Amino acid sequence: MKVQRRSINSRTKVVSLSIIIAVSLAFVYMFGILIPDGTAAGSFLNAKQPPSWEHLFGTDALGRDLFLRTLKGLSVSMTIGLAASLISAVIAVFVGIMAASGSKYADAFVNWIIDLVMSVPHTILIILISFALGRGLKGLLIGISATHWCSLARLIRSEVLQLRTQQYVAVSRKLGKSEGWIMTHHLLPHLIPQFFVGLVLMLPHAILHEASISFLGFGLSPEQPAIGIILSESMRYLSAGMWWLAVLPGLVLVLIVLLVDQLGEQLRMIIDPYSAQR
Amino acid sequence: MALEAKNIYFRYNNKQPWILENRTLKVEKGECIAVFAPSGYGKSTLAMLLSGYLNPIKGQILLENNPLPKSGVCPVQLIYQHPEKAVNPRWRMKRVLEEGGMLRQELFDTFGIEQAWLDRFPHELSGGELQRFCVARALMSGADYLICDEISTMLDVITQAQIWNVVLAEAEKRNMGIVAVTHNQHLAERIATRIVDLSHSENEGLKER
Repeated sequence: MKVQRRSINSRTKVVSLSIIIAVSLAFVYMFGILIPDGTAAGSFLNAKQPPSWEHLFGTDALGRDLFLRTLKGLSVSMTIGLAASLISAVIAVFVGIMAASGSKYADAFVNWIIDLVMSVPHTILIILISFALGRGLKGLLIGISATHWCSLARLIRSEVLQLRTQQYVAVSRKLGKSEGWIMTHHLLPHLIPQFFVGLVLMLPHAILHEASISFLGFGLSPEQPAIGIILSESMRYLSAGMWWLAVLPGLVLVLIVLLVDQLGEQLRMIIDPYSAQR
Repeated sequence: MALEAKNIYFRYNNKQPWILENRTLKVEKGECIAVFAPSGYGKSTLAMLLSGYLNPIKGQILLENNPLPKSGVCPVQLIYQHPEKAVNPRWRMKRVLEEGGMLRQELFDTFGIEQAWLDRFPHELSGGELQRFCVARALMSGADYLICDEISTMLDVITQAQIWNVVLAEAEKRNMGIVAVTHNQHLAERIATRIVDLSHSENEGLKER
């Protein structure tokens, strides 16, 4: 008897979609990194050219090819975003576990800090921290890392609280296992998926904040080809009708951020057991 | 040598009435006591108190005239009603068992645990199979007393009989004390050397004024 083949099941679809997204992001990233520093340097002869086949995104006021510069800038932004979200996610895990396993006072204190950090708009906080630390890469990294851990920390805290009331954890204690042993064998393995999904979902925020803070002039220095720098340079020429300077790099930034966000959502769906069968 | 609950009082918070009020219960080694009562009479609470998962508000739980040890392997082990909640869903069964102690072939034979099950995850086994692992884990820790909180309630009669046969045989072999909490009067009559009914306050030895 012939069995009707179903179209690919949704789980396969989700997995293959995330692989495609991850590969294309990695491709953009590697491409940007592999461009040598000098390549984008142009001459004033072909400055201010609109997009053409020779220069896909046109050229800027100094004659530099905007396409290469955008890719380079994206990889810089992605590196900073990745580093910052990684630091943030690690902070979140530590803080979350501390809140959940420590005393009532530690929990109250951590919750207070989280509320405090979350109640101040991120951009303002990052500008303050970055400015206080002398701008540049260091200020930006610390600023972004110090502001993005809150929601993940909350998630991890509640996860740990819930895990610690599980019967198998109680049984483990009665079987003579120490708190440390329970932490590494029962709790941490449950947190790994949360950690990675949180990390990937944090990445677009970090990239956007990096771009906006650099755009406002509190982040990277102007000679670096970060996407925020490119956008802020374009401001001066926008009124002269050079629309491509802002629109094209901006669109690419939006595209990358959406892709990363999608990747996070897909990962969440893969890991979430309730959507596993749908 | 006995596990003893001495005039214990317990309630989950101060605004509620006592769930257990001035209860006293004593299990000797080699004895099997069935604790029997309708829902809501604190059977499970008593099981948790006896095995040290909860502490009585007043009164004492004594093991050989000493309080239960706070750390280390507890000589009183509780087996829950729902085995699927008592094992880590992300662990393979082999690891679940190893948490209790060294694996021994003889134990697999006693409990009818098949080698193939060891590499499976908890959700790939049935309730009865899982419960065998939970009982085996508790026994592997070298417990002297076993508190069974309705361990066979959700199993079919055949599996129920199998589990209890193994538990009783092992208990006899090792001279263990057993407290079996159950709804099932017939089961209680079948397995227990003594039956305690929590709903009768003037019960034999359970509540002493």
